[in-house]
Amino acid sequence: MTTMDDNKLTFDKITSDLTHHIRINKGFLIWMGFLTVSLLVCLYAYSIQLKTGLGVAGIRDYVTWGMYLANFVFFVAASLIGMLISAVLGLIGMKWLTPITRIAETIAVAFAAVAGLVIVSDMGRPERLAYVFLYGRPQSPILWDVTVITTYFVLSLLLLFLPLIADMAIIHRKVDSLPSWLKPVYKVLSLNFTDNPAQNKIINRAIRILLILLIPAALSIHTVTSWLFAVTSRAGWDSTVFGPYFVSGAFVAGSAAVIIAMFFFRKNYKLQDYLTDLNFNNMGKVLATVSLVYLYFNLNEFLVPGYKLKRADAIHLQELFAGKDAILFWVVQIGGLILPILLMLFRRFRKPLPIMLISIAVLVAAWFKRYIIVIPTQEHPFLPIQHVPQNFVHYSPTLIETLISVAPFILVLIIITLISKFFPVIPLHETARERGIEHIKFD
Amino acid sequence: MEDNNTPHSPGEPENEKGSTRRNFLKNIGLAGVGVATGAAALYSGHIFEAKKEVSGDQKVLLTQDGKLVQVDSLEIKAMEKTGVALHEMEGREGIPGRRWVMVTDLSKCRNARKCITACQDAHQLRPEQYHMNTLQMQDTPATAPYNIPKNCQHCDNPPCVAVCPVDATYKRQDGIVLIDNDRCIGCRFCMAACPYSARIFNWIEPKDAATHLDQEYNVELNVPQKLGTISKCLFSADRLREGKLPYCVEACPNGVYYFGDENEDAVTNGTTKETVRLSKLLRDNAGYQLMPELGTKPRVYYLPPKNRLFPFEAATETTPEKV
Repeated sequence: MTTMDDNKLTFDKITSDLTHHIRINKGFLIWMGFLTVSLLVCLYAYSIQLKTGLGVAGIRDYVTWGMYLANFVFFVAASLIGMLISAVLGLIGMKWLTPITRIAETIAVAFAAVAGLVIVSDMGRPERLAYVFLYGRPQSPILWDVTVITTYFVLSLLLLFLPLIADMAIIHRKVDSLPSWLKPVYKVLSLNFTDNPAQNKIINRAIRILLILLIPAALSIHTVTSWLFAVTSRAGWDSTVFGPYFVSGAFVAGSAAVIIAMFFFRKNYKLQDYLTDLNFNNMGKVLATVSLVYLYFNLNEFLVPGYKLKRADAIHLQELFAGKDAILFWVVQIGGLILPILLMLFRRFRKPLPIMLISIAVLVAAWFKRYIIVIPTQEHPFLPIQHVPQNFVHYSPTLIETLISVAPFILVLIIITLISKFFPVIPLHETARERGIEHIKFD
Repeated sequence: MEDNNTPHSPGEPENEKGSTRRNFLKNIGLAGVGVATGAAALYSGHIFEAKKEVSGDQKVLLTQDGKLVQVDSLEIKAMEKTGVALHEMEGREGIPGRRWVMVTDLSKCRNARKCITACQDAHQLRPEQYHMNTLQMQDTPATAPYNIPKNCQHCDNPPCVAVCPVDATYKRQDGIVLIDNDRCIGCRFCMAACPYSARIFNWIEPKDAATHLDQEYNVELNVPQKLGTISKCLFSADRLREGKLPYCVEACPNGVYYFGDENEDAVTNGTTKETVRLSKLLRDNAGYQLMPELGTKPRVYYLPPKNRLFPFEAATETTPEKV
């Protein structure tokens, strides 16, 4: 056997391994059907809100930002992972990241796209959305948020697309499992890619520029989102570390989301040879590291005001540490942060199954952490809450509100499912390259 | 006799007669031209004079951009009202030359809540919707409890206006912070930013919405209230335009409220109608503001609850029904 044949064999195997999940099968249809029906139920709930107003949710005059806003913060947070994996770690040149980059970018694109919709669900007058662009005041942090999230979404979409060009050129020639009407789509999207050095040079340079641009854009989206709270003078929000506190928390949520996605793709798409224990082990280390950073900011966020106990801060911290929100607070802080960090110090907990389970705990806690950041602060404003109905004093989400909050998760799952069904979950061209295939022959 | 009496005697020269007639006609013509010219001159002079007519009575006025100008009293005309656009512009700019200010005397408040109901009636609000709410506060365990009417503080550095993404809430030159509910997108960032919890939201269909369907929106009264938008105290901007005191100020039976113009240094008590110097009132009674340390610069002053007219009664919590 010549080296050439050997290469060809390996390449064919890689191609079939990484693309055999690209087909419309029964499981996919059932799953999509389930997601669609669930989404329709949630959209029905939203139609009720559209008709009768935000009053169908549990939010009232004092707790005016509820689950919807906690959800928004969570979605922006989860989308940040694209920047950490691809840009920060990718630019350093870590080879073990190659099979994970597309998963991270897919999650980034899905969550960033849906974050914009989540915030619309929180608007009293969603039909006036265009006013933000028509009458936008640049002094308002909402304008900054709209600008940076849009920028980040476009950058992430491009970063997802560029490495796909080569992969789509391969799929269009080598994958037969797709319906014939889809093939031309891949051909058009592959932009006549023939794996010549000039094309590769352009793509690589463009990716590099995107990766560099992605870092400030990503830092901005979550810093600005934290400023929606930090620019107010309310106890619990009035904090100077809110930017880095939110950004480090976002890395925790995003890393956990990536590990969960890795686990399911590996199992369902039979990618054990590509998403190896090494990848899980290293992602476990990443999650442990960002969790430690997040713990450090938590310490700053709670210890410093807790030491001084200014009047409003004291009431807020009392509620969190020993009051109405104490159980949720401690479960989230211990179960979602401290305990995972301790477990992840041991190699055996960074194996695929344990690290996936830990990640689920971390991700669920990350959602409730946003809830804790957004809601309790509003339950004790500077002046007392008096002469109002009981449901104004304490916030409790309604069923309709919950359904509307579930909708974005279904939407994210739909987007991730579609991307992972029509494109290789693991970058094909790059993997082939790393396994020593210098040039792909298109015949 | 007959001959002598004949006007045209044959001896009269014909040419002399003709020349007289010619002269006459000539004179008439000249006079006509002269009169016409004179009249024209007089008329144009009159027009000119009419334009330049002055009463000599010079008025000093404040323009909308805050400049002092001198204008003859005859040149002052009432402003034309040309429909909604101008009304909205007025609503955004405020009443020129004024700096509205409120002083709330806590020593007189006994939680009669008349201000609240007057306000809710005027602004089509439900019982749980407060532009003005009287709170029962106690600053420290050792100090006495007191009632404090709390409304929008109409801050000179308003956090709500800063964060509004669409310029729906704005600060006017007369000091009032207003909301344009045709603009508000209902994001509630202003509610989150307000440290005084002064803002409310129309979570459900506003009170009696069906009966107010045809009512034209008045930004200075904020009616009709609109679903999915913000509402709050407006210092009764509509009443101020008519030269009247705000609804709450007039409704108070206990003389709690003073309202007036900071530029004039005068405030009027809504119950006694007595007008006093603002600076003296604040100085003599140790007037203060709510949470001045936040830098919001409120336009509402409070006089401390000392030498109280009424003993503090622990208010029975008036709790409206669940909404």
